[in-house]
Amino acid sequence: MTHSAQIEPTGAPVIQMRDVSKWFGQFQVLHEVDLDVGKGERVVVCGPSGSGKSTLIRCINRLEVHQSGQIVVNGLELSDNVKNIEKIRRNIGMVFQNFNLFPHLTVLENLTLGPMLTRHMKKAAAEELAMHFLHKVRIPEQAQKYPLQLSGGQQQRVAIARSLCMEPEIMLFDEPTSALDPEMIKEVLDTMIELAESGMTMIVVTHEMGFARTVADKVVFMADGRKVEAAPPEEFFGNPREHRTRAFLDQILKH
Amino acid sequence: MTDATPGRLGKPPTRRPKDLLYSESFRTALYQVALAAGVVLLGLYLYQNVVENLGRQNIATGFGFLDEVSQFEIGERLIDYSSRDSYGRALLVGLMNTLSVSAAGIVVATVIGFAVGIMRVSTNWLLQRIALTYVEIVRNIPVILQVIFWAAVIRNLPAPRQALDLWGLGFLSNRGLTFLLPAAHPAHVWMLAAFAAGIAAASVAARMARRHREATGRYVDMLWPCIGLILGPPVLVWLGFGAPHELSFPERQGFNFTGGATISPEFVALMAGIALYSSGFIAEIVRAGIQATPRGQVEAARSIALRPRFILRYVVLPQALRVIVPPLTSQYVSLIKNSSIAVVIGYPDLVNIGNTVMNQTGQAVEAIAVMMTVFLAISLVTSLAMNFYNRLVAIKER
Repeated sequence: MTHSAQIEPTGAPVIQMRDVSKWFGQFQVLHEVDLDVGKGERVVVCGPSGSGKSTLIRCINRLEVHQSGQIVVNGLELSDNVKNIEKIRRNIGMVFQNFNLFPHLTVLENLTLGPMLTRHMKKAAAEELAMHFLHKVRIPEQAQKYPLQLSGGQQQRVAIARSLCMEPEIMLFDEPTSALDPEMIKEVLDTMIELAESGMTMIVVTHEMGFARTVADKVVFMADGRKVEAAPPEEFFGNPREHRTRAFLDQILKH
Repeated sequence: MTDATPGRLGKPPTRRPKDLLYSESFRTALYQVALAAGVVLLGLYLYQNVVENLGRQNIATGFGFLDEVSQFEIGERLIDYSSRDSYGRALLVGLMNTLSVSAAGIVVATVIGFAVGIMRVSTNWLLQRIALTYVEIVRNIPVILQVIFWAAVIRNLPAPRQALDLWGLGFLSNRGLTFLLPAAHPAHVWMLAAFAAGIAAASVAARMARRHREATGRYVDMLWPCIGLILGPPVLVWLGFGAPHELSFPERQGFNFTGGATISPEFVALMAGIALYSSGFIAEIVRAGIQATPRGQVEAARSIALRPRFILRYVVLPQALRVIVPPLTSQYVSLIKNSSIAVVIGYPDLVNIGNTVMNQTGQAVEAIAVMMTVFLAISLVTSLAMNFYNRLVAIKER
């Protein structure tokens, strides 16, 4: 860790981002973004499409590589050190918009793959763990099916269970309900609310403002790769400071 | 023609014969009957024509000629054969040659194809360009030209007296590829048996390692132990026989070589031509298969902290193979069929020998029928085997 002098790994915030910038070719997607997330904190990131919110959370488990600035997770700095990347990824679960379940494996195998290969669990123990989390997301009866035999909502709940099987401290959600039919959004949101109530540290990119209002400790608004505003939900929705935030909220809340 | 029952609701519609012409199901049936009648008539016409013409020219029909003595020699053969054997045995020699050149071609095409296909998706610019150039050259030149090209290259190699010396291991000349071989020794049979036993032991060990991983969670890398299990027994047997290390070196003698083993120029040229041609297509199939695995799959695997080799083995390859296998099957089948180009460079494959049989007996219809049936059978067996494999690994959707 070469820059550890800049961020003191105090232990309180589990994720610290300082001046994080990223470019796709000539195009700058992230402009010096700062973000601290404390243990057990629930952060909702919103903003218009193309604002860099997905890229931001994908930098946290290094699915995207940031080009400048610093990201520290649990006192470990993300650099190109593969050992650190693996340790950090083991600690962070991620749920994708398109589920990204492994279609050639059964639901149970999807859930046990990570624990068996990276956490060196016995097969029996991994299966027990998998069934535990399938019960949590309320689809234990689907364990022997293949992902494409399930509905979108069920697939997303399997994806959540797959992440939980790594027993992470942090969960990232990248628009988890955007690819779902309206009647399936609720079952996924309910699962996420239960997870939040259990004390999980969560960063959620979503357009579900109802979820943000009831669950979030902090709402972050991004536009054009910049963090425009970050505030607790009452303040964010009741009294937004920036005019861009107001314009955005007007657009998505006026139906 | 009024078989249509009128509806019972309200006033029955009046059906005129003309209405039947506009009925979709009637038209479909009519076309099918017409087509079937046409095919049968054409077949009858052709059959009568053949029988009449053969009769007029006093040509015998039937497959009796297969038992007659062939009276011609075949230069390259895998089974015993002489000009006193039957036409049937001559065709069998041709079939064996077709199968051996195809089998060698499939192995070479697959190895080169997979290597080049993986190079095509490499992040290394130079490798990628080399692979692209290779693919565009070998798959855009007609296979027959490629076979003739390789035949010309080998024909223009020096004669045995001036043969290219391959570092003492063999010679490359216009007599083909001659290379050294261990001198015949009884140990070889036992080594082969030990090798087979080693493969069996390795597969058992691999299965035990998997069970061990599932039971304890500990991953044991079995690559080197398996290599040891496979190669160890033959080496031990070899040592047990006192390590017979006598080699049969090819030596120049007169206008040819003695000792060692030789692969004929025709075999090399044909195999190189059809294998390289197919390898270009296989490379593209492999590239497509790898690229068809969605990015999200790799990202999901990374998000659960899988290491790169596990991602390749448990996530990417199982999905890529499903995309690769069906088109790979047609490449294999087309490679086997392409081997019939042998006739232009004089390699005695099934078609080449079939031609000779046809010329000598005059029974063209039967000889062609034999060749067609055999090729059809080989191709169908290949497809069947590959389809069986594909069904084993197919993704269940509902």
